[in-house]
Amino acid sequence: MNFKDMDVVSIRDFSRAQIEEILERSRAMLPYANGEKVTRALEGKILGNLFFEPSTRTRLSFESAANRLGAKVIDVSQTSTTSIIKGETLADTIRMVEAYSDVIVLRHPHEGAARLAAHFSRKPVINAGDGAGSHPTQTLLDLFTIQEELGAIEGMNVIILGDLKYGRTAHSLAEALTVFGAELTFVAPETLQMPKDTVEQVRRLGGNPRITDDIEGEISSADVLYITRIQQERFPDPAEYQKVAGAYRVDKAMLREAKKELIVMHPLPRIDEISPEVDETHHAKYFKQAFNGIPVRMALLTSVLGVDI
Amino acid sequence: MKEFKVTPIRNGTVIDHIDCGQALNVLRVLGINEHNVDSTVSVLMHVASKKTGWKDVVKVEDRELDKQTVDKIALISPKATIDIIRDFNVAEKYKVMLSERVVELVRCGNPNCITNKSEPVRPEFDVEARDPPLLRCVYCDRVLDEISENLI
Repeated sequence: MNFKDMDVVSIRDFSRAQIEEILERSRAMLPYANGEKVTRALEGKILGNLFFEPSTRTRLSFESAANRLGAKVIDVSQTSTTSIIKGETLADTIRMVEAYSDVIVLRHPHEGAARLAAHFSRKPVINAGDGAGSHPTQTLLDLFTIQEELGAIEGMNVIILGDLKYGRTAHSLAEALTVFGAELTFVAPETLQMPKDTVEQVRRLGGNPRITDDIEGEISSADVLYITRIQQERFPDPAEYQKVAGAYRVDKAMLREAKKELIVMHPLPRIDEISPEVDETHHAKYFKQAFNGIPVRMALLTSVLGVDI
Repeated sequence: MKEFKVTPIRNGTVIDHIDCGQALNVLRVLGINEHNVDSTVSVLMHVASKKTGWKDVVKVEDRELDKQTVDKIALISPKATIDIIRDFNVAEKYKVMLSERVVELVRCGNPNCITNKSEPVRPEFDVEARDPPLLRCVYCDRVLDEISENLI
């Protein structure tokens, strides 16, 4: 399968077979990602890391992935130090960075920015999050984590919990999991439930998601509990936020009824959605999930640059 | 009481089977206002229709429509038909039909979409359904909710 020069803008650009191939290549990257083996497969290549919005995990993990492969990284992480502040368009910035690098990674506050970048750049563009839009590398590493931990995605009962309305990871994850044949349950307070057009898209893809505001009744049958952050700024009333956040806080007591194999995931950063006492249980996989960003991004970088390892 | 009739037009266009309530939006698409036409424009609203129950009709004298205008009408009224009248005869008759991609006819309704941020790109949408039209922004991936409010 050839991914050379492919832009990674939305998970929808990938077929199931292509995703499976990327997950396979990610698995092959594991010994290089954790430092057991060394490779210089991307020596001489330059990654342009453009982060026009704050990010710790995604930026560092792309940088780490590139370093593990022997590539060099140039980056822009503060718009205040660039021409953007002088009013330069993103289109012009991209054409400039395209000339300086072999692959571009872009995080941007506006939805559709990555598609625009892909339109103007002949070099491959990888979307590292565009506003409330897509974050395909997060979805890929989420799928990779489920497959690695449970051996399969098909047939798994997955609860997606938290802010499903605004949480950018929840929408594309729901669609991708449906393509892979997982059974979905969306748990959120009514005001933060999954948007109608995502639910309809999941149904069009053959899914039949359960929609509820009650987490307690759902835990015992779940294989995956995927938690997203409920952001305080979504609530005009701080008391209302406290009430909702408290009701969905996952702790050891809540997991008492869970299957032994249940895995708990979270794209991080967490605030107080997961009690620290959960960290020490065998269910907690969110730090492993964060690590998985490295092999998955290594697989993507080598794939779009057409380099075998 | 004297009956008021809309008389046949010699030359021009009849836009028929407009979705009920959309006639004024069609006028907006045609760019017609009280200052910029010299010929008769007839607007019929809430007219009985065998096919759809009720419909609107717009007749514009001395004007034929370009493709871009017809495509915009298809966005707000997918069942509309266009009759081109020459010398009192129907010279051409066709249904409006959206192509698979809509370019530069509507702007994205998402204020945070990159196409609304002074970048050198034209708004583009994939047409996922025609009746009612379902447009998905090629850039931000959102479905456009209010088409008539976002016509360019």
